Amino acid sequence: MTGSTASLRAYIITRTLLMVPMLLLLVTFTFFILRVAPGDPVSALYGEHGNPQLIDQVKRELGLYDPLYVQYFRYIRDIFTGNMGTSIVTSKPVIQEVSDRMPATLELTFSSMIVASVLGIGLGVFAGTRRDRPADFGTRVFATLAYNIPIFWFGLILKLIFAVWLGWLPVSGRFSPRLSPPPTVTGMYTIDSLLAADLRAFVDAVGHLILPSLTLGIVLAGFFVRITRVNVIQAMSSDFVEAARARGIPERNVFFRHALRNALVPVVTTMGLTFALLFSGAILTETVFSFEGMGRFVYLAISYRDYPAIQGAVVYYGILMVVISLAIDIVNAFVDPRIRY
Amino acid sequence: MSRWVARGRTSVVGRLIGSFLSQSRTAAGIVVWIGISIVLGIIIVAIFAPFLAPFDPNTKVGAVEAPPGGPFLMGTDRSGQDVFSRILYGARIPLSIVAVATTLSLIIGLPLGLLSGYAGGRLDRALVLVMDSIYAFPGLLLAIAVAAIIGRGILNISFAIAVVYVPTYFRVIRNHVSSVKQEPYVEAAIALGMPSWRVIGRYVLPNVAQSIPVIFSVNAADSVLTEAGLTFLGLGLPPGIPDWGFDISLSWQRFEASWWATFYPGLFILILTTALTFIGEGLNDILNPLLRKSQKAAVEA
Repeated sequence: MTGSTASLRAYIITRTLLMVPMLLLLVTFTFFILRVAPGDPVSALYGEHGNPQLIDQVKRELGLYDPLYVQYFRYIRDIFTGNMGTSIVTSKPVIQEVSDRMPATLELTFSSMIVASVLGIGLGVFAGTRRDRPADFGTRVFATLAYNIPIFWFGLILKLIFAVWLGWLPVSGRFSPRLSPPPTVTGMYTIDSLLAADLRAFVDAVGHLILPSLTLGIVLAGFFVRITRVNVIQAMSSDFVEAARARGIPERNVFFRHALRNALVPVVTTMGLTFALLFSGAILTETVFSFEGMGRFVYLAISYRDYPAIQGAVVYYGILMVVISLAIDIVNAFVDPRIRY
Repeated sequence: MSRWVARGRTSVVGRLIGSFLSQSRTAAGIVVWIGISIVLGIIIVAIFAPFLAPFDPNTKVGAVEAPPGGPFLMGTDRSGQDVFSRILYGARIPLSIVAVATTLSLIIGLPLGLLSGYAGGRLDRALVLVMDSIYAFPGLLLAIAVAAIIGRGILNISFAIAVVYVPTYFRVIRNHVSSVKQEPYVEAAIALGMPSWRVIGRYVLPNVAQSIPVIFSVNAADSVLTEAGLTFLGLGLPPGIPDWGFDISLSWQRFEASWWATFYPGLFILILTTALTFIGEGLNDILNPLLRKSQKAAVEA
């Protein structure tokens, strides 16, 4: 056991060190793609009929006329000194924009992941253990619809029913303007309000989070149901389950100790892939619920060719993706003893 | 030359259609037929929209935000245009974009996958790395970025979506090819001195071809959603064109006052994606019971 722990530790260290060249490649790639692509932030901001002299002057101030390599090395130097530049559109430092919005997206994606895992794995096990019965059929219909529904449309329907017609939950935003938000620690309102022991703020923050995370979570659950169901069916008909039954182990234990554990390994593995799906869905969900997160920010930044904002966002997304995939690998090493690094 | 032709020459397409027709009465076959009928229905509606639509889609034909009923089957939107007529015309854009995009990603992804899986070595590792990075990147974000760079237009948006789906073809084809390559008959063909392109054409491609219709329809369903997401965000299309996602982007802010202008276009997106998924899932069950195993292996690897 010590050997595998040591190799896992070596693997984690290698992966963490590899992060630096990977991120460097990513930012370099983004930098040059942006400069090669037609359009620039100043022209996009002032429109086609902007004053050409003014546009020219602003471009000069931003250093957009400098040779490409000068711009590039300035950019790399800035990254290493923690300076992400200033968003051209909002005139706020990119680092501040990101630290304001990243917690919102993390809060949304993690709560959606919880909804998706509980609902998706639960229903997948439910359907997989009742193969070809009406319960299985019903669950599959649900999964197919959930997987194929346009997420923004689904969010709008939930919003209309539960926020507008029934009035149970807030229509949009992250927090009620009439309450004062908790002091910023993590930037996530739910956690910060708990840390401040402010129950009213917590209830308010959770209330705002429910509809967006149900929207994103249910859509993703469709995906989880399918994988879980197939794997439960495969595990239940496998040799080791037969063997366990033959040894006279009660069916309950056969299922929980033998079948389920093996069925969930591939599910955990695919969870890593779904983060890409989550971030795509988050852009649309954030738009529908005016949930000011990274998705909205990146979308606006790209539309306005806001170079510093796009580059900054790419760095954070890159770090996030690398950390997530590392976390998934570590989790995999623990759930699946066959995996060796 | 003829000694290489060991088996009878049935075309790949012919065999695929044959194995589908032989199972068209099974549950999976019926699911495929349902999917095909719905998609065909939507295609017919799109083609004959000028004859079927009661009103011009871009003209104010009634009161603003009139509820469904009377002459307006699905009500009118905030500009007083007939929602039903716009939905009929609106089928054209997603259908053409999805057709172009999925075909384009097939044309790029299939040869790359064949090449990578067959050649192996450094080229293979480099291509896998590139494709995996694209695959791991949020698809909609990638499409937004490409669409923002190359500008508005139906062809541009098709290209933006095609980029997202190249890796799905690549991954499945490449993994399939590298396992087929180990088969004795392929090794024998190579040992007999058959040129690579003929080995691929005669032995590798026919074995891999069965997974193409499945990926194609699953990708098509997914790209309908990506197209709708892009146009919902207001990207990609010039103003004035009827399109389901674009129409929702114009009316969702008024959802409380006139839910129908948002609800019906979305319902049609859901019908189209579900029908395409039916085709993909059904074909998957029929054409390659083995594919699920190999996909699972790919996930576990």
